[in-house]
Amino acid sequence: MMEENEAPQLTEDEKKLFEDLMPEDLDEILDTGVNRRHFLKLLTLTGGGLLAYQAAAAEQVLTRPLSLPPEALPPSTLENAVDLSLRINGTSQKLTVDSRMTLLDTLRERLGLTGSKKGCDHGQCGACTVLVDGRRVLSCLTLAASCEGQSVKTIEGIAQGNTLHPMQQAFLKHDGFQCGFCTPGQICSAVAVLDEAQKGEASYVTGPVRLKAGAKPSPVRLSEEEIRERMSGNLCRCGAYPNIVAAIREVQSGKPVEQTWNFVG
Amino acid sequence: MRPFQYTRAQDVPTALKRREANPNAQFLAGGTNLLDLMKEDVERPDELIDISRLSLSQIKTIASGPNAGGVSIGGLGKNTDAANHPLVRQNYPLLSQAILAGASGQLRNMATNGGNLLQRTRCPYFYDVSMPCNKRAPGTGCGALEGINRMHAIFGWSEQCVAVYPSDMAVALAALDAVVKVQGAEGPERAIPFADFHRLPESTPEKDTNLNAGELITALELPKNQFAAHSYYLKVRDRASYAFALVSVAVGLELNKNRITRARIALGGVAHKPWRAYRAEELLVGKEATEVHFVAAAAAEMAEAKPLAHNGFKVELGRRSIVRALHMALNEGKS
Ligand SMILES: Cc1cc2nc3c(=O)[nH]c(=O)nc-3n(C[C@H](O)[C@H](O)[C@H](O)COP(=O)(O)OP(=O)(O)OC[C@H]3O[C@@H](n4cnc5c(N)ncnc54)[C@H](O)[C@@H]3O)c2cc1C
Ligand code: FES
Ligand code: FES
Repeated sequence: MMEENEAPQLTEDEKKLFEDLMPEDLDEILDTGVNRRHFLKLLTLTGGGLLAYQAAAAEQVLTRPLSLPPEALPPSTLENAVDLSLRINGTSQKLTVDSRMTLLDTLRERLGLTGSKKGCDHGQCGACTVLVDGRRVLSCLTLAASCEGQSVKTIEGIAQGNTLHPMQQAFLKHDGFQCGFCTPGQICSAVAVLDEAQKGEASYVTGPVRLKAGAKPSPVRLSEEEIRERMSGNLCRCGAYPNIVAAIREVQSGKPVEQTWNFVG
Repeated sequence: MRPFQYTRAQDVPTALKRREANPNAQFLAGGTNLLDLMKEDVERPDELIDISRLSLSQIKTIASGPNAGGVSIGGLGKNTDAANHPLVRQNYPLLSQAILAGASGQLRNMATNGGNLLQRTRCPYFYDVSMPCNKRAPGTGCGALEGINRMHAIFGWSEQCVAVYPSDMAVALAALDAVVKVQGAEGPERAIPFADFHRLPESTPEKDTNLNAGELITALELPKNQFAAHSYYLKVRDRASYAFALVSVAVGLELNKNRITRARIALGGVAHKPWRAYRAEELLVGKEATEVHFVAAAAAEMAEAKPLAHNGFKVELGRRSIVRALHMALNEGKS
């Protein structure tokens, strides 16, 4: 891992952004050195509703791939190559992949979309969660080849241009993360949970799941217990769970939510 | 992962022909179990036939035949859709609950109804290719028999294999007397009663089910019943969610006033297949639905258990879980 005092160089975009946010500190920081991680941390601290716009701009800068996506990789030598066309965050992509490539590896290694994380690679942690045709799935257990013609949305496509998704804003406001490794998966999953609840999809803790004859499912209000059950496929090693739950409750209810927590009895 | 050829099947006959032509091919549905096992080098197909786009996902009322009036669920439908379909939630809430007790939201969006039934054991000796395992490599022995066997079977195991079968959905299907419809490359569709679908290990633990090589699960049929008002799926696990069962219980009761006229009980996490508690069911029929009868039935069923070195706790846990699930079913899931 990078030491705090290494790589002090900010790109021009980053300098500009930083100047907009905290003009008085820029010189000092350029003198003493700051790395991108430090920078991100500072941005997170300044996050929340007030600075959401700037934070969104920051995200655009910071999630830009460091090198250009290697579309230019020569695919010709692949054994068991599969030609693939799909939409990723609204953009059509044509690729040739090894049949073994998972969607996760394709996003990260071929398209430079490193927001989706590889935690376990075995379906056990949720860090790789993305939306395929609007539904949350695990990209580590999805073959890229099986996504032909489908539409994939990753954390990089959750914001609307420079406007953060309400779930992203709520995660910032409630500190829904510590190291941030699980966060892209948590946010993609949480966005889908709202949709599932709206459609009336049940969970194991949704009272009696039985519907009366002829009845249709109706929207589910997300209690803390419901959120914990529905989000159980997203592990957080840092244990930011109470904050994540508060963020999701706030977005669904549209009202400010106090964080609550207690020891598991 | 070893190299394999990827083929997308456009229709059922082509999928079946293709599979028949290559004995080392496997069907790919949701991929949640198969890809995991391929990454672990446990499964080694040289071709995957992607069946996920076949139009076998409908859920509908059965119009004719032995299960007329029941509900048919497509073999390639997603678990999420089966759990949430109004026909299932109205008539078989037990099945909805069991599906929702399994895995996570993401996995249930991927997992298919046929693939779920064919998921393989989570026994750590099966997963670790450096360990002996008769299920993975026949003739190498059973690592768990004398090894760490806390998660393993207490019913129906053999010296060759003590693994348990992991599906939650299948436990509810066993209690509901479901029928599995399967189609091979040749001949007509077959209907396999659920109790005959999965196998006990005996001397061939490498065979999980009685599905023939190359057969495709096209649908699951649920016969009509009156359990909807009094059913419950109870799952007991090491953490509150997103874990396989230590013990699970599916219960369906039909009552006349408070007298039990029909009872179905199946257990998960205790055997190489969903374990129908026939003995407990028999004892309950004709009795009042009261604690004393629940306790007697549960005790009689669990008296037959043969625990291993580390899983003796499952006997008492199973007994209490049956009693609890019966109470929950009686009260329509209200605790
Ligand atoms: C972390 C994790 C936790 C989990 N927890 C649970 C849990 O708590 N409870 C639970 O019940 N399950 C759990 N699961 C398992 C999950 O439910 C199964 O992996 C899933 O149901 C398998 O379905 P699939 O469509 O993905 O199957 P695949 O992986 O695509 O296929 C599995 C097997 O079935 C064959 N197959 C698939 N469809 C057909 C068909 N129609 N006809 C013939 N053959 C077919 C395939 O060739 C393959 O051999 C968990 C899985 C993971 C990764
Ligand atoms: S990386 Fe996909 S679930 Fe952990
Ligand atoms: S914030 Fe560190 S793993 Fe969740």
